[in-house]
Amino acid sequence: MRNIYWDSFWSFFKIGAFTLGGGYAMIPLIQRTVVEDRKWLSEKDFIDLLAIAQSAPGVFAVNMSIFIGYKLKGWKGSIITTLGAVLPSFIIILAIALVFQQFKTNPWVIKVFMGIRPAVVALIAAPTFTLAKSTGINLRTLWIPVVSALLIWLLGVSPVYIIIAAGLGGYLWGRISKNNPEKPEKS
Amino acid sequence: MILFLKLFYSFLKIGLFGFGGGYAMLSLIQGEVVTLHHWISPSEFTDIVAISQMTPGPIGINSATYVGYTAVVNAGYSSTIGILGSVTATLAVTLPSFVLMLLISKFFLKYQKNTVVESVFKGLRPAIVGLLAAAALVLMNSENFGSLQSDSYQFYISVAIFIVSFAATKFYRVNPILMIVICGVLGAILY
Repeated sequence: MRNIYWDSFWSFFKIGAFTLGGGYAMIPLIQRTVVEDRKWLSEKDFIDLLAIAQSAPGVFAVNMSIFIGYKLKGWKGSIITTLGAVLPSFIIILAIALVFQQFKTNPWVIKVFMGIRPAVVALIAAPTFTLAKSTGINLRTLWIPVVSALLIWLLGVSPVYIIIAAGLGGYLWGRISKNNPEKPEKS
Repeated sequence: MILFLKLFYSFLKIGLFGFGGGYAMLSLIQGEVVTLHHWISPSEFTDIVAISQMTPGPIGINSATYVGYTAVVNAGYSSTIGILGSVTATLAVTLPSFVLMLLISKFFLKYQKNTVVESVFKGLRPAIVGLLAAAALVLMNSENFGSLQSDSYQFYISVAIFIVSFAATKFYRVNPILMIVICGVLGAILY
C-alpha cells in the first residue's frame, strides 16, 4: 500500500503543476485523478464538491483540495493536499519573478501557449458532458444547466447567484414533493 | 516588519472576500495593492496578471505569490526578503478559505444524508453542470483561439486542437496532463 499522505500530496502537486488558466481548468484534472483513478470520491460527491468549493470564498481549486484532503485524512490531510496544490505555483512564480523578467515576451513561450489554450478550453468542455450524465439530467431538467450556462455566458451573471438560486430551488422543490408523496418526482 | 503585517492583512481580506474564483479575486488584489497601498504600479500589475495566466496553477495563488515578492522588493528589500513576502501573501490568501472549507467539509460529510441538504444539492447539481459549460463557452474567444479575420492560420489550428483534445479526453480517455504537453509541443512546432 502506498502512503495516502504522499499519494494525495503528489496527486495535487501534479494537478497544480499542469493546470493553466486557473480554477475551472483544474476541474478535468481533479476529476480524472480523484474520481476515476484514485476513486477517493464518487462522481456525485464530486459534483457536490464543485458546488461547495464555488460557494466558499478563496481559490476554487485550493478549496477542492482542502475538502478532499479532509475526507481522506481529516485536517492533516487538508494541509497535505493544500500544500500539494499550492507549491507548484509558488515555486514556478518565484522562479519567474527571480530570473525571467522577459518571460511573457519570449517567442517560444508565446507559441507553446498558443497551442495550449484551445486544448484547455476542450478539457473544460469534455467533463461537462460526463457530469451531465452522472447527475441524471433528463429532458425535464435539461433547462437548468442550459439556462444557467446562458445566463453566465451571455448576460455575465455571477455564478454565485446561480448557485444560491439553484440551492433555494432544490430546497423548495424538496418541500413541495414531500407534501405530495404520491408524486415522487425529482428535480 | 510593518509592510509584512500589512501584506498579510491585505491578502487575508482578499482570501476572505474572494468569491467567484481567480478573475474575481484579481480585481480585489488590484484594489488593495495598486489603488489602496501603491505597493505595485498599474503596469506591473498587468504584467503580473499575464504571467499568472500563462503559468500553471490557480490564478489567485500565482498572483499572490508574485505580488508579495514584488511589493517587498519595490519597498527596497533584497530578493531573499522578497521570498518572505511571497510566503506571507500566499499563506494569508489561503488561510481564510482553509478554515472555512475545513468547517464546511466537516458539516457536509456529517449532514450529507440529511433530507434538506440532499434536496438543496439536488437543485445545485444540474446548475453546476451549467456553470462548467459556461466556463468553456466564456473561454471560446479570440484571445484563446485567434480570429478568422486577423489570423486564420491560428484560428484553424486552434479549432483543430480543440476538436482533437475534446475527442481524445472524452472518448479515448487520454490523460489531460499528457494532452496539455502534446498541444504545447504542437504550438511550438506549428507557429
